[in-house]
Order: sequence, then structure tokens, then C-alpha cells
Amino acid sequence: MAQSTPMIEVENLTKRYPGRTAVDGISFQIGRGEVVGFLGPNGAGKSTTLRILSSFLPATSGTARVAGYDVFKEPDEVRRRIGYMPENNPLHLDMRVREYLKFRARLKGLGWRRSRERVDSVLQQCGLTDVSGRIIGQLSKGYRQRVGLADALVHEPDLIILDEPTIGLDPHQIRSVRALVKELGRNHTVVLSTHILNEVELTCSRVLILHRGRILAADRTEDLTQRMSLNGQVVAEVEAPAAQLLEAFRDLPEVERVEVEPLDGNFLRLSLVPRNGVDLRPLVFAEVRDHGWPLRELTRSRHSLEDIFIHMTRGKVRED
Amino acid sequence: MSVFLALTRRELGAYFNSLTGYVVIAAVLLLSGFSLVDLIERIRQMPYDAPVTELFYQTTYFWLIILLSAPVITMRSFAAEKASGTYEALMTTPVGDWQVVLAKFAGALGFYLLTWLPFVGVLFALRQITGEAALFEPVIVAVTFLGIALIGSLFMALGCFASSLTRSDIVAAMVSFLFGIGLWMLGYRPDVSGMVPAWAVPLLEHMSMTRHMEDFSRGLVVGRHVVFYVSATALFLFLTHRVVQSRRWK
Repeated sequence: MAQSTPMIEVENLTKRYPGRTAVDGISFQIGRGEVVGFLGPNGAGKSTTLRILSSFLPATSGTARVAGYDVFKEPDEVRRRIGYMPENNPLHLDMRVREYLKFRARLKGLGWRRSRERVDSVLQQCGLTDVSGRIIGQLSKGYRQRVGLADALVHEPDLIILDEPTIGLDPHQIRSVRALVKELGRNHTVVLSTHILNEVELTCSRVLILHRGRILAADRTEDLTQRMSLNGQVVAEVEAPAAQLLEAFRDLPEVERVEVEPLDGNFLRLSLVPRNGVDLRPLVFAEVRDHGWPLRELTRSRHSLEDIFIHMTRGKVRED
Repeated sequence: MSVFLALTRRELGAYFNSLTGYVVIAAVLLLSGFSLVDLIERIRQMPYDAPVTELFYQTTYFWLIILLSAPVITMRSFAAEKASGTYEALMTTPVGDWQVVLAKFAGALGFYLLTWLPFVGVLFALRQITGEAALFEPVIVAVTFLGIALIGSLFMALGCFASSLTRSDIVAAMVSFLFGIGLWMLGYRPDVSGMVPAWAVPLLEHMSMTRHMEDFSRGLVVGRHVVFYVSATALFLFLTHRVVQSRRWK
């Protein structure tokens, strides 16, 4: 298949279960080398979409292609090219780490010698060398997660699909799994799902926001956060006479709205909403410095994906 | 082929990685032990000139071993993997549905045959105790084992089918136990039960496992019996394959 074909092409994909539509006519493309996050609350259709992409489930209608192969008509070609870690990272807990990875490598069509080489390599890559002889069921969740990642990698797939890779881990483990995912993103196309917004910001270059089986937004992670931050207001805590403070900012062309509230002592809270999304912080600082007023805080509220998400889904929830 | 072998090895290995395997082996050993005691009693009470194997299949223990061990051996094959989610991991590798079905069947049958090994010990012990070497014709023992293997393959296929239907291994075990005992009862002396219409008697007799075992334990390989077990096994494997495939039906 030519290098130019997108890694994933999805058109009008729909999956209906009796009485419920899990995925509702979504379309998107993912290019080679991208790290894309599927973001959405539980039940948004993330797992279902990933299951269809890994050709575990058939779609009700629409098409999905991985590396140019139809997931329904050519499932074996697709499966050879993906490393899929299902939800909750299911593993054979009774097996030893190396034994399990070797077994999985054989299932994925690697020969005896090749599977040994690859297992050694992924053990090292995922930091599992020290526990390679341990029984999986006796490992911590963080190590188990790495075993799942090592399994997804073992046959050198073009595309890695991870369904909720950090769920149920402690902060340390989350950090190490994210670092691993980020590293994978350098040489692979990675698609991961999560309901943790922060995770997408940290690991993904692009995000697809899913809600009730539909795509609400699809954008580069940075663009999305930036777009939502445009009307970010600036808050400053200044020690100054209220009237003078109001006076100083009221008539500036960059400022849309000014509010002043008293705080403890002589400090006042100054809230400014900018016009056309200008960053008002340098302006506030210059103004305060010229007057010689003491300043103890100056922040611009930056919308996180969380705000974006809540902003986008709020309307939808009300509609229903 | 190598994928099939890797899968079968895993299936067989799983029995020894968990308690299930050892519990089944211990239970079969216990029942074999009981059957040994039973056999000695019978031989003492009335001298018997037929092969001991023929006596053995008539003990309750023989059928108890088959009817009880089969559901326990096969219950986990699909159900446990579905419940733990490893089924999804398995079915998203490029293995074929048939490979999975056949490997699970082969693993179960292999383990079933292993649990029957103590039976050889029972025969050996009997030979030592009674001192009647003539009772143990190698051909008869071999054909008896063929019968045990054939019955086992039917029950293993049935068990795999039951397991493929559910996510719960308890449900799988109960379903395969009920089907298994039902199948066995159907052919259990249909002529004497009096509840079966006359026209159905020959049909049920054709399915009678006790009758089949009677022939096998005399060292007779009857083509009809072999065909019955092979085709019934194939039928249940085919049904299992359909269930595995049904995941991909729209």
C-alpha cells in the first residue's frame, strides 16, 4: 500500500445495538505518524469505534479502512497491521511475562526466532526486563499496563490502538505510561481513547471529541485550546483606589468590560474582558507600574480541554 | 499450523497454570480409585471370563468421570476468555476462527486424555492383584481407550459449544452437563424404559453410549459408532464456529 494512503479512513460509520446507537455516522481521517486522542465521556462511542477499527466488531453501516484495507472485508490484513490494547488491558494472568509476549507474537504470525528477538526488544522498550520471568497476575497494575503495551508493539504494527491506556493507574504509573505512549508516537501512528482531558493535551497532537456517538470537534490539540482561550479574561489583584483603577482601564480600546471588587485589606480584584481576544496582561502591568500601585497577582484564564468539553456538551445535554 | 500449535499449547498449559486442572485430575483419580475397589469386589463375587475393561464401563464411576469432568474441562474455553476480555485480544490478532475453535477443542481433548492416564494404572493394579494376565489384552485396552477418546471428543466439542454461548463458566458447565447427561440418557437402554415410542427405539439405540462402550470394551471397532462420534463432534465444532463467527454478523 502506498505511503500516501491515510492510516485510517472512516466514512459515515454507524453502529447500532438493539435500542441504542453507539456510533452515529462519524467520518474522519487519521494520517500516518499522527497521535490522535478520542476524547469523550463514558458511553460516547469511543470503545465501539476502536473495536470496529480493530475489526473485532462489524459496523452497522459505513466503511472503515486501515492502511487502505477494509476492516470488514480484509480483517486479516488489518489485524496484521494494528497493535490493539482493548479496554481494561485484558491479559492471561496465569502466564509469565516473557511467555505471554512470546505467545502473542506467535499468534500475530512471527516465526520462532523473530518472536524471540522482538520479545527481547519490547521487554527492554517497555521497561519489563526485570520482571520478564514473573507471573503477570502478581504484577502491579502499572507493570501490567506495560505488558499490554509491549503486546501491542511486539509485531511492529503500523498503527497502535489503545483503549483507555491509563485507566485505574496511580499518578506515577500514569506518568510512565504516558511517557511510553509519547515515545511510541515518534515512530508509529497512535490512536488512544480517554475520558481524561488532560491526557489528550499531554500526549496527542490531534483530538476528536466524541459525544453520544457523534464527533463534536476535531482539531489539533493546540488550536482547540487556543480557540477556546480567545476570550480569556485577565484578573489582577492591585492595591489602589477603586475609582482611579476603574478610570485607568475603562476607556482603553482593547478592553471590552471592566469590573472591580474589593478584596482583603486595600487590595482590589480587577477583572478585564478583552476585545478581539488580545492578551491584556502586558497592558495591565504597564498601567499598574506607571501608577506605582502594588500588584500581587496577574493571570489570564486559559481554557483547558475540560472547559471546552463541558462547553460543547452542555448544549447537547440540554437538547436531549 | 504454528499458530494452531501455539494456541493449543496455551490451552493445555492453562489447565496446569490454574487449580482447575489439578482438581479435575484429583477427582478423576479418586473416581478411578473407587472404580478399582468396585471392580475387585465384583471379580471376587463372581468369576468373570470377559475382559475387565468390559466390567469397568458398567460401573457408575466410568460414566460419572466422563459426565462430570467434561463440563469442568471445557467450561472455561470460551466463557472465561470472554469474561476477562482476553477473547477480544485474541480475536484481534490475525488468527482464524477455525484455528481458535480447533485449538480450544484440541487443548480440552488433550487434557481429557491426560486425566484418563491413571486408568492405565488401575488396569495395572488389577493385573497385579488378580494375577490374571489373560484379562488384559493389549488390543482390547487400546480399543477401549479409543472408545474413551471418541466419547470424550463428543463431550469436549459439546462443552466448547456450551462455553462459546456465554460469558459465565458456571452457566457453560451447567449447559454442557445437562446436554451431556441428556444425550447419554437418551440412549440409556431405550428398550427397557418403556417411555419411548417403538419407532424411536432403533434410532436411540444407535446413539446409545453404553451400547457403544460395550462393543469398544470387547475390542470391537464398529464403524457405525466411530462415524457417530466423529460426525457428532464435527457438528458441535461447526456450531461453535458459527457462534464465534456470529460476532461479525451485522
